[in-house]
Amino acid sequence: MREKILAIIEKNSRIDLKDLAILLGENEAAIANEIADMEKEHIICGYHTLINWDNTSEEKVMALIEVKVTPQRGMGFDKIAERIYQYSEVNAVYLMSGAFDFTVFIEGKTMRQVAQFVSEKLSPMESVLSTATHFVLKKYKDHGTVLAEGTTDERMLITP
Amino acid sequence: MRNPLSDRIVEIQPSGIRKFFDIVSEMKDAISLGVGEPDFDTPWHIREEGIYSLEKGRTFYTSNAGLKELKVEICSYLSRRFEVTYDPDHEVMVTVGGSEAIDIALRAMLDPGDEVLIPQPSYVSYVPCTILANGVPVIIDLEAKDQFKLTSEKLLEKITPKTKVLVLPFPNNPTGAVMKAEELEEIAKIVIEKDLFVISDEIYAELTYGSDHTTIAAFPGMKDRTVLINGFSKSYAMTGWRLGYAAAPRVILEQMLKIHQFAIMCAPTTSQYAAVAALRDGDKDVQVMRESYDQRRRYLIHAFKEMGLECFEPHGAFYTFPSIKRFGMTSDEFATRLLREEKVAVVPGTAFGDCGEGYLRISYAYSLKNLKEALSRMDRFIKKLDGKA
Repeated sequence: MREKILAIIEKNSRIDLKDLAILLGENEAAIANEIADMEKEHIICGYHTLINWDNTSEEKVMALIEVKVTPQRGMGFDKIAERIYQYSEVNAVYLMSGAFDFTVFIEGKTMRQVAQFVSEKLSPMESVLSTATHFVLKKYKDHGTVLAEGTTDERMLITP
Repeated sequence: MRNPLSDRIVEIQPSGIRKFFDIVSEMKDAISLGVGEPDFDTPWHIREEGIYSLEKGRTFYTSNAGLKELKVEICSYLSRRFEVTYDPDHEVMVTVGGSEAIDIALRAMLDPGDEVLIPQPSYVSYVPCTILANGVPVIIDLEAKDQFKLTSEKLLEKITPKTKVLVLPFPNNPTGAVMKAEELEEIAKIVIEKDLFVISDEIYAELTYGSDHTTIAAFPGMKDRTVLINGFSKSYAMTGWRLGYAAAPRVILEQMLKIHQFAIMCAPTTSQYAAVAALRDGDKDVQVMRESYDQRRRYLIHAFKEMGLECFEPHGAFYTFPSIKRFGMTSDEFATRLLREEKVAVVPGTAFGDCGEGYLRISYAYSLKNLKEALSRMDRFIKKLDGKA
């Protein structure tokens, strides 16, 4: 049942509990319990809103930064990641396989603000060897949703 | 000037759906629950294969029966899903939708006066195609009390010495009824005993909820008597690609192929290449879509129950077939008023045969948001009829 609940609320976290129960053919209370348990177990970590900021008047820039580090004795990667992800400017931090170690997503109001963060906060960190900053120019698809256009139902209204 | 028309054609009634479509088209902001096709786009990997075939310049005719690799994939699919084996070289052909297969199967099998048993409510083309093939349609009225299944009693009642073909339309459009293996076995016994043939329209075979589809062709002795029709429209959301197929004993298929060869030549080449990708890598897509339909099916059935609309639980396709008998209106009246007063378009059950009177076909191939809005309007309409609002 968990997988089915997650598959639905991953796409629509605002769905009514009642509707969810009907769709899955389950008892409403059982679904509520399951969700509560998954929140406790940190399987469900939050309920966010997917916003296309490009359609607002708000100016935002986003950058993906490749970070190479030297893991330190007794610290490993996790400690370094923690020092990075504590900054509120940082949206996401992933440990990567391949040519660099972390992918860091940063959000700022201007390119200058992001550049400043990299040069003043990220690069000077002891374990950080190098960074490469890539600015996001346009988001086409995010969290499995195409941002560019709304979809319209082009089917004929009545067909056999 | 002489009458340019054939009497036989003029006598055939245009589809009841067409009539209703014209009314709906006048309504600008109507919400429709009236479609007979999936709400998904064709999965991208399938579309891409079609695009790729165009880029490579595969823009020629294929052989009449279809691409060899597609026929091989169809046979391997039929054997892995439904445990029936067909020879790709002689027992399967690719058609322009399942609808072409229905037409040519009837034309290949009927002589003037041969009777064709057609259970109704069912898809709109069986009766006119039978008439066009010089056959005589004999309707079997299915009933809600049997969950709209074909029973042995109903079948035996209509068999005469002239009966040649039985059309078996399950999973059913418009009722959503399915036939279980043990129920098909009963039908198969009668078919063999009475020396009949079956045209089994299994276009919704992938869309069953709760139990897997069984084909009547899988029962002993039945493969030689069955034209199995399936296609890509419903299971892979490929309606516009116009691609279906028929699997049948060689003697029948050869004659079907002859009609196809002269009337159609071959099914669209681009669609055939795309269909190869669908059969090779599409199982997961089908599974995701099936699960999604199933959820919405439950949602609709639950909503009908809450608004006091009697409806048997359908286990196939993407339709529900609720009864409106308690309102003392015909299906046509109800559907027309629902459209005019609440701007919700549904299809009157009578579009699928006279015995569909008192029912509506309501499709759930829509987003949850769309369904919710339409259902709340229906609820309002019913409350008004019941004098509660």
